[in-house]
Amino acid sequence: MNYRGMWAIYSFEMARAFRTVGQSVASPVISTVLYFIVFGSAIGSRISDVGGVQYGAFIIPGLIMLTILGQSISNASFGIYFPRFTGTIYEILSAPLSFIEITIGYVGAAATKSFIIGLIVLITANFFVTFEIMHPFWMMFFLVMTCVTFNMLGFIIGIWADGFEKLQLIPLLIITPLTFLGGSFYSINMLPDFWQKVSLLNPVVYLVSGFRWSFYENSDVSITTSVTMILVFLFICLGIITWIFKTGFRLKN
Amino acid sequence: MTHAISVHNLEKIYDNGFQALDDVSLEVRRGEIMALLGPNGAGKTTLISTICGIVTASAGHIDVFDYDIIKDYRKARSCIGLVPQELTTDAFETVWKTVCFSRILFGKKPDPDYIESLLKSLSLWEKKDSQIRMLSGGMKRRVMIAKALSHQPDILFLDEPTAGVDVELRKSMWQLVRELRETGVTIILTTHYLEEAEEMADRIGVINNGKLILVEEKKTLMKKLGKKELVLDLHSPLNDIPADLSEFNLHLVQDGHQLVFTYDPAKQDNGVVRLLDCLKDNSIKCKDFNTRQSTLEEIFVQLIGDA
Ligand SMILES: Nc1ncnc2c1ncn2[C@@H]1O[C@H](COP(=O)(O)OP(=O)(O)OP(=O)(O)O)[C@@H](O)[C@H]1O
Ligand SMILES: [Mg+2]
Repeated sequence: MNYRGMWAIYSFEMARAFRTVGQSVASPVISTVLYFIVFGSAIGSRISDVGGVQYGAFIIPGLIMLTILGQSISNASFGIYFPRFTGTIYEILSAPLSFIEITIGYVGAAATKSFIIGLIVLITANFFVTFEIMHPFWMMFFLVMTCVTFNMLGFIIGIWADGFEKLQLIPLLIITPLTFLGGSFYSINMLPDFWQKVSLLNPVVYLVSGFRWSFYENSDVSITTSVTMILVFLFICLGIITWIFKTGFRLKN
Repeated sequence: MTHAISVHNLEKIYDNGFQALDDVSLEVRRGEIMALLGPNGAGKTTLISTICGIVTASAGHIDVFDYDIIKDYRKARSCIGLVPQELTTDAFETVWKTVCFSRILFGKKPDPDYIESLLKSLSLWEKKDSQIRMLSGGMKRRVMIAKALSHQPDILFLDEPTAGVDVELRKSMWQLVRELRETGVTIILTTHYLEEAEEMADRIGVINNGKLILVEEKKTLMKKLGKKELVLDLHSPLNDIPADLSEFNLHLVQDGHQLVFTYDPAKQDNGVVRLLDCLKDNSIKCKDFNTRQSTLEEIFVQLIGDA
């Protein structure tokens, strides 16, 4: 293993984030505050408890997921798209690094950022509502797995995209709807039967549900299903990345 | 003795079906400077990129110091430093950071002393804390050279190192390349300029349309190809070349207003002086004259014609 090489990519990517640290921290904080004002206080005060959890507290896990998913996709896709765009990728490709090492460098850094942002949202939420985390281990498990998996997805998008429009398109057209319809602000049990079934096709439902379970033991699908599903996504992403590096898809000619 | 690089029957067909390399075989000796000459689109960059692992070969195989570039890619790539044709740098990084980054990327221990001496030798030390976007084009090119040398490679690829570089910097770059060769580094450079190849290289390879037309010692090649022309503007036009001048390689152009003498400048007795004497004896007067070196294009035409 070329540990130094991996570290070089990782720390380069982290330094890039720290150059704009204000922005990186401010945007999730501001959006969290806005969600709490709108959903937590204004609307939430008129909504009864969901499954015994006060609405303001109920939305915290979903809110964290919402933020992390968006940030992961945009961070990781930009992180690999930009060197492709400027051409500096030549150096990475000609270095003695395996594709696993390159992926660990980029995805690791992007996932670290997402993880930190997740914690920032959690801390911000703490100022608005009181909540407890019943299963801290599982909470961390879901947080880390989500960061890793969705940053891989972002990495894939960043390799697939051949223009800045496409880089924006996927998050806008796919990720945003999926996260909003993924039960971040409601329990899918509130939906009519038919839409509950449709929701089960949405991978985000399993993440939010599992994550919420780790807070309140309150979930839409069983915890086992959630864990299985996230592992399935992880392996799908790994498979696609392996294929990309094997074939050189859009990285090598 | 193993070669620094051996390329065997390399083919490259790009996804769009374009064949950029056609059965290229090439051996680069240890410690030599090899210049790859060829017109735009000949396949020089494709060849270099394939050796460095940026482009995947369609057929054939490549060894770098006996390491297969696919199977033993770590060892092969560790030996190579690449300065690509395009100036691609991380605009917001500082010179120091970007050069240190390259070294670690290649798996080497940080070595601030070495990086310091490297930057000094490239006259970049004063700029070490500047962001790359604030440097001039020539300085950026030197930063890319520093990045390529940061991990102390045994082989250095310079893809058109002197494109868009002023005369002075070009000279200092040639100097740098010679110094590197002294330390045992094998250097492969591409260029459009015959002059540059002539100045620098031990051997010259000529590529055209994806084919390696020839690889030759520089001295042999220059002798073969480095023809010069003396163009004489005549006072009054000639219809035919006088019989007295038949021993010279002459022809008339511009309706007999110009007489062109093709000769080999490398020869001791190249005939220029004798020709001028003969012209005088035959009372042929000249208004003006100039000489020109055969251009690379003409050499290619000649080579392709011969092939
Ligand atoms: N990614 C690609 N897809 C398709 N064709 C390509 C690609 N890259 C290069 N080519 C083609 O391959 C041929 C060789 O290109 P290459 O860059 O190797 O030439 P070169 O000898 O380096 O030229 P120059 O002197 O202009 O740098 C050109 O015709 C080019 O158009
Ligand atoms: Mg080129």
